Amino acid sequence: MFGFGKAPPPAVHDDGRIRARFLVRHPGFTLDVDLDLPGRGVSALFGHSGSGKTSCLRCFAGLDRPQQGYLQVAGELWQDSERGFFLPAHKRAIGYVFQDANLFPHLSVRKNLEYGQRRIPAAQRKVALDQALQLLGIDHLLERMPSALSGGERQRVGIARALVTSPRLLLMDEPLASLDLKRKQEVLPYLERLHEELDIPVLYVSHAPDEVARLADHLVLLDEGQVHASGPLKETLLRADLPFASDEDAEAVIDGQVCAHDAAYDLLELQLPGSEARLRLPHAALPSGHRVRVKIKARDVSLALNRAEDCSLLNLLLATVESWQALDAQMLLTLRIGDQRLLARITRYSFDQLGIHAGQALWAQIKSVSLLAP
Amino acid sequence: MPLSKNDLDAILLTLELASLTTLLLLIIGTPIALWLARTDSWLKRPVGAVVALPLVLPPTVIGFYLLVSMGPNGFFGQLTQSLGLGTFTFTFTGLVIGSIFYSLPFVVQPLQNAFEAIGRGPLEAAATLRANPWDSFFSVVLPLARPGFITAAILSFAHTIGEFGVVLMIGGNIPGKTQVVSVQIYNHVETMNYAQAHWLAGGMVAFSFIVLLALYSGRSTRMRTL
Repeated sequence: MFGFGKAPPPAVHDDGRIRARFLVRHPGFTLDVDLDLPGRGVSALFGHSGSGKTSCLRCFAGLDRPQQGYLQVAGELWQDSERGFFLPAHKRAIGYVFQDANLFPHLSVRKNLEYGQRRIPAAQRKVALDQALQLLGIDHLLERMPSALSGGERQRVGIARALVTSPRLLLMDEPLASLDLKRKQEVLPYLERLHEELDIPVLYVSHAPDEVARLADHLVLLDEGQVHASGPLKETLLRADLPFASDEDAEAVIDGQVCAHDAAYDLLELQLPGSEARLRLPHAALPSGHRVRVKIKARDVSLALNRAEDCSLLNLLLATVESWQALDAQMLLTLRIGDQRLLARITRYSFDQLGIHAGQALWAQIKSVSLLAP
Repeated sequence: MPLSKNDLDAILLTLELASLTTLLLLIIGTPIALWLARTDSWLKRPVGAVVALPLVLPPTVIGFYLLVSMGPNGFFGQLTQSLGLGTFTFTFTGLVIGSIFYSLPFVVQPLQNAFEAIGRGPLEAAATLRANPWDSFFSVVLPLARPGFITAAILSFAHTIGEFGVVLMIGGNIPGKTQVVSVQIYNHVETMNYAQAHWLAGGMVAFSFIVLLALYSGRSTRMRTL
């Protein structure tokens, strides 16, 4: 049980990626996944409830032991059932953020934070307590007991507690699911800062498309215990064979860089990487050069052969037709602007009227742009 | 002097018996309660039922079987004799063993409830924060189950003090060795010595009242685990 006297874990080739294969059989449910995830950034495990997201995350943590499994993280082997090797949860360099924070009720916030930190060797402490406190804005809560915290505060303490163990992999199980909208808005910016300031790969379980679009770099779509798709976020959102693109609310996520702000009209101007194109949207000023993400819904993009000079739309961008997919009476087009991709949904009638073909240059008339990460 | 030397000896012996039994029961009862709280084994219900048996059996039945098994021809008696320990019937050690069986459910049940109330959450959190199973038992389970331990200790102590049937069967009535307060009261009544009996009996009533008062005063935190 404690693994005394066991041989050290077998060496594996380190390519910096996270490789996982889990087979879990329960009566009425089977999780069977094979994943190859980037060793940095946020990978979202996305799916409906009951799709196996949390089961999968618990296998990563070692909280559940799959009947068959293989897991390699940052060049370390954590499980290989073929060699009979299983590293128990308390020996894995993970941080786990529970859905309901799961703080120790008998310990103050400070003691909760120190619990994990004290249990790792001093030489491995890369994330200082002060840094985590500041990152999550919880320094004023240190002496409180968990019962005296709001849901959002509890969740931030839970994240800090996981961070100060300096994990090699941060596992987050729907950290926002138990919070109301207001608390969600309170915690989300901290999650984004985490992403920007710490170089720890994150596995983020969620069933909320908005959170995923805002936080993730890589997207894994789980359905009934199987991997339905796995790939970089932006490309995966555009894939026409997946429920995202065929959805009524299909959207594209685009990167931008702040280049100007029109104070008179309160309009923010973004430069799209890899092109001259610029997007304008109503928003308060942000520092120039700041990288942001915006999303544009497919139904908010219409197409024209010529540039409409006298119209109320702010954003008219020249785009190239890349591909399309028929969805009943409508067509879903993938357009390219520089190295960014955009979705547009138009009727099949308009598609034929405009004589759309691959490589064609068109004007994308964008009705609405929303900022994801300020 | 309302209390004779025999009475005082009986009181001291009773307190000693109850303290030792409670201490041993907390040590023995904790792993049993932990197992009962965590296991999915089919043995859970049978074991739980065996632990609860002393709640419903007449103490004389427990005493009878213990007397038989600890006696010179019993299984346990033969074992202790072969180890050169003699037999435990009519000794203080025998009384402690009997009390452990007699009070077992009063320790295991509150502890099991306390452990079940903790659930898996805090243990899983501890594991993801690098605490091995022993570490998390002492740093998380013990402090969180403290109300359950207090309840178990009070109930075990009080219940052991009140035992009569088991003591009479396996301990007999040897002053200073196996003569506890409840037996001494019986002696006084048998010899028509009602005044002496009143002093001891009244003391027991007062003691029991104080114990229960202490228990119910901590109700908000402790009774939840009962």
